[in-house]
Amino acid sequence: MPAGIVSYGVYIPKYRIRAEEIARVWGEREDMAQNLNVFEKSVPDFDEDAVTIAVEATRNAVKRASIDSARIGAIYTGSESHPYAVKPTGTIVGEAIGVDHELTAADFEFACKAGTAAVQACLGLVTANLIDLGLAIGTDTSQGAPGDALEYTAAAGAAAYLIGRENLAAEIEGFYSFTTDTPDFWRREGMPYPEHGGRFTGEPGYFKHVTSATRGLLKKMKTIPEDYDYAVFHQPNGKFPVRVAGQLGFSRDQIEPGLVVPWIGNTYSGSSLIGLAATLDVARPGERIFLASFGSGAGSDAFSIRVCDGIEDIRDRAPKVRDYFENVQYLDYAVYAKHKGKLRL
Amino acid sequence: MSTVPRFWRHIPQRYNLVGTHCSKCDEYYYPPRTICPNCRRNAKMEDHKFKGLGTVVTYTTIYNATDDFKRQTPYNLAIIELLEGPRLTGQVICSPSEIEIGMKVKPVFRILGKEGDRGIIYYGTKFVPVEGSI
Ligand SMILES: [Zn+2]
Repeated sequence: MPAGIVSYGVYIPKYRIRAEEIARVWGEREDMAQNLNVFEKSVPDFDEDAVTIAVEATRNAVKRASIDSARIGAIYTGSESHPYAVKPTGTIVGEAIGVDHELTAADFEFACKAGTAAVQACLGLVTANLIDLGLAIGTDTSQGAPGDALEYTAAAGAAAYLIGRENLAAEIEGFYSFTTDTPDFWRREGMPYPEHGGRFTGEPGYFKHVTSATRGLLKKMKTIPEDYDYAVFHQPNGKFPVRVAGQLGFSRDQIEPGLVVPWIGNTYSGSSLIGLAATLDVARPGERIFLASFGSGAGSDAFSIRVCDGIEDIRDRAPKVRDYFENVQYLDYAVYAKHKGKLRL
Repeated sequence: MSTVPRFWRHIPQRYNLVGTHCSKCDEYYYPPRTICPNCRRNAKMEDHKFKGLGTVVTYTTIYNATDDFKRQTPYNLAIIELLEGPRLTGQVICSPSEIEIGMKVKPVFRILGKEGDRGIIYYGTKFVPVEGSI
């Protein structure tokens, strides 16, 4: 029995800081934005965290398909910025959307790919007929240490997907995952900012895992890049997804609708799932979407997705990704630092 | 720690603006009441989830706050009249120059407060102007 996406929703905070403003403060070269292909990034409000933005994204998903929240049997929330070390994000999200309490929930962590791992877990329960609907969330309000390269990209955003068997907006035809023990990026318990292996980690981390998962899925599905109308690759910056798409034989046109990182930054667990949402915002029934996430540590989940007729009914009933590019408010570095509570230099 | 049970009891009204409605006299209550003062013993009370759409009746802007809220200053506290009738106090997220009496607002989910670095995080409803919001 086919299973897949019944509805989806996103949320991106309204504040932005421009890369050139960060470069100005740290005396960096002004072409930093060009080099990263990230021109501005989202910044959460004082009272926003991974929980509040997950709630807003989930409320949009529930609204988009007029879902009765009592049907949800599982909530899996992927994030690397869960506000509590112990006390699940999913419990708060569930209460905020009015779920029935007959429900399983857990928070997932796998750097930037915990959200797609949550999609897989929901898909398993739904396909086995153990639950009616599963809620998979990718949400992050990530931080880079002041002056670190990550500060140009670490942003905030969330995406929520309702996974089920009926009234599909898009069918998930198959997935393939590739996982190894690769220390390319990490954060120890209690530390405010992550550490990374520097520039060289792109090759053994992002590129090796995304290409392995992509090639694995294409082989499993017996498909080629040309079989897909769109492709979405994890977007830690604006360079990597463009380069990996080229290496794998996907065109610039295929990735364009889902390439949102130049305007919002790297939303970590939200990143590839917001890219997918931006693609669902424009895709037509029958079209196919290739999706590959990446999480440092490291792993990649690749999905083959076919858009269903149901997309037309629900698409316009909640805000689209590009709606969040409008009415943004720009911050200077001083106000931005206040927003982020950046006192530990 | 004594505030934790109180917060817990108030989760439905804080997260989802759940109040009550007397179907006998059609009066709405927020915060929720168990007894309708109009109908007393004949009241027919039921839970009601308010849409959260409302109008600013009056407001004040806070420029000096306690340590926990200092980072947020200046912020606007308003009395908001909900579409269904009841009035409540809530934060309206916009610049102090933007807020005005009669402004239409809608609800958003935000952090209301934190008990220092170790305590519980209180979540709930704040408001944003309908105009210019997504
Ligand atoms: Zn009454």
